Amino acid sequence: MRHVIIGAGPAGVVAAETLRKRMPQADIVLIGDEPEPPYSRMAIPYHLIGNIGESGTYLRKTEGYYEKLGIEQLQRRVTDLSLAQKQLTLDNGNRISFDKLLLATGSHPVKPPVEGMDLPGVVNCWTLADARQIIARSQPGDDVVLMGAGFIGCIILEALARRGINLTVVEMENRMVPRMMDGNSGTLLKQWCEDKGVRVLTSTRVTGVTQENGRLVVQLDGRDPVPVNLLISATGVRPNTGLAGELECDQGIVVNEHLQTSQPDVYAAGDVAEGRDFSTGGYSVQAIQPTAVQHGALAAANMSGARQAVHQGSINMNVLDTMGLISGSFGLWQGADGGDSVTLNNPASYRYMNLQFADDVLVGANTLGLTQHVGVLRGLIQNRTRLGRWKQRLLDDPTRVMEAYLAHHVP
Amino acid sequence: MQKSLHIDPGKCTGCLQCEMACSYENEGLFNPSKSRIKVFTFHEEGRFVPYTCTQCDDAWCMQACPVDAIVLNAVTGSKDIVNDRCVGCKVCTIACPFGTVNYNSTSGKVIKCDLCGGNPQCAEACPTGAITYIDADATGLDRMRQWAGKTDTQRAAA
Repeated sequence: MRHVIIGAGPAGVVAAETLRKRMPQADIVLIGDEPEPPYSRMAIPYHLIGNIGESGTYLRKTEGYYEKLGIEQLQRRVTDLSLAQKQLTLDNGNRISFDKLLLATGSHPVKPPVEGMDLPGVVNCWTLADARQIIARSQPGDDVVLMGAGFIGCIILEALARRGINLTVVEMENRMVPRMMDGNSGTLLKQWCEDKGVRVLTSTRVTGVTQENGRLVVQLDGRDPVPVNLLISATGVRPNTGLAGELECDQGIVVNEHLQTSQPDVYAAGDVAEGRDFSTGGYSVQAIQPTAVQHGALAAANMSGARQAVHQGSINMNVLDTMGLISGSFGLWQGADGGDSVTLNNPASYRYMNLQFADDVLVGANTLGLTQHVGVLRGLIQNRTRLGRWKQRLLDDPTRVMEAYLAHHVP
Repeated sequence: MQKSLHIDPGKCTGCLQCEMACSYENEGLFNPSKSRIKVFTFHEEGRFVPYTCTQCDDAWCMQACPVDAIVLNAVTGSKDIVNDRCVGCKVCTIACPFGTVNYNSTSGKVIKCDLCGGNPQCAEACPTGAITYIDADATGLDRMRQWAGKTDTQRAAA
């Protein structure tokens, strides 16, 4: 039995490990197209800050780890996939046949439809190769524009600011991290960054990039152009569905509760997969680390024949450290139809909490400045704990989420 | 026989010596805010509930860690943070559905209970027997794990 996994990110690696645990004899091939050991994109900001070397981003740290597990690694790009023949072609022309295939091909940075995004000096912050460029091209005193104050933008913000560069953040929505934080907290986050000396332009579009006297000039709508040494584009990611062929796709490759695509022997996991969302019951691309890992483990269990490895859906959640202010987002933070909510808002101390309920069940949350026991928000949501009288207690004081959980789960 | 922490909230008086002992053992100072165990207060019921990591089998924190910084301690069964590897990304703090992995802004890394390597100081310090370190079978750990299983979508894959 040969299992082939395309993509060596967290979903692919966890899938390979899970397959090996369950199938000691199977051939397992893990194909990644970057010239690095499997690593975590999430760790790149900490590399940019200088806290860790490149090896600190590696997903697994033990020497000879994959060899010891008998996982064959290939650093190649897959150029063609034939589902009919159950065979794929690599960029060196070699062909590999498979019994079961996992597509864990991840996602790629979106290229904004703006003139000049191909100029040298315009970079993404997605791969280790990108990180090397940013490190080489952003020296103290340099002017840099970060385009996009989304998840990736915010998490690299501190790294950039700490490099001693003059940073301007340009975001087209009216607040920071608009896809993760509500109006109150996204606005507070902006204020926090401005207090720290970062210029944040929200509701502002980059309309074009030109080159003048060896520097880039970033054109903005309704504002003066900004001359820079470097433009970092972080305007979101899209699934790498290039190999999907006739597989059913929407935003990503659609998978059922077994992480199976429309083709029974082909599975998908992680950023490329459009899987079940716990909160909505619908299907969506979440593109977050915990979901990638969950997908990878469950896809592999199903590939190895487990019958009960059913995906109940993943909770969309994020945690973000923006120059020391920690924000969190869980489930239906935008609220549920017919639900109600409670808000604790203390802008002076940058503390914020919003809990969203459907009946007496917690379904979503946004937090700012909360670092202790945050995971219990996920627990309450995922367990669908009926809060009973504790709902009123949370309406009175939303910080008591841990007590609400303990009251129901500790005898 | 593996041992685990057994917590009997009925015996807890809320004296917080467990928090002091934990923070002293792990941080070298008496600072309950850096304790891995936390006593929660229920004024309405006149009740105190000490709570910390149950070292659950699912180990959501360990699964979610993107840099291999949480590892299984084969001797005690605890899931331990490897400080040299932790980058402080905090994904484990939202992945743990029990809320027992916390970010320590002083160190820039996360902290969680590691059973003090097999000699938990909270249990040593507890004057009323509300926290004891005993054979795992007797602790009701299985009940906790059952609950973990209910929230679980990963268990079948383990």
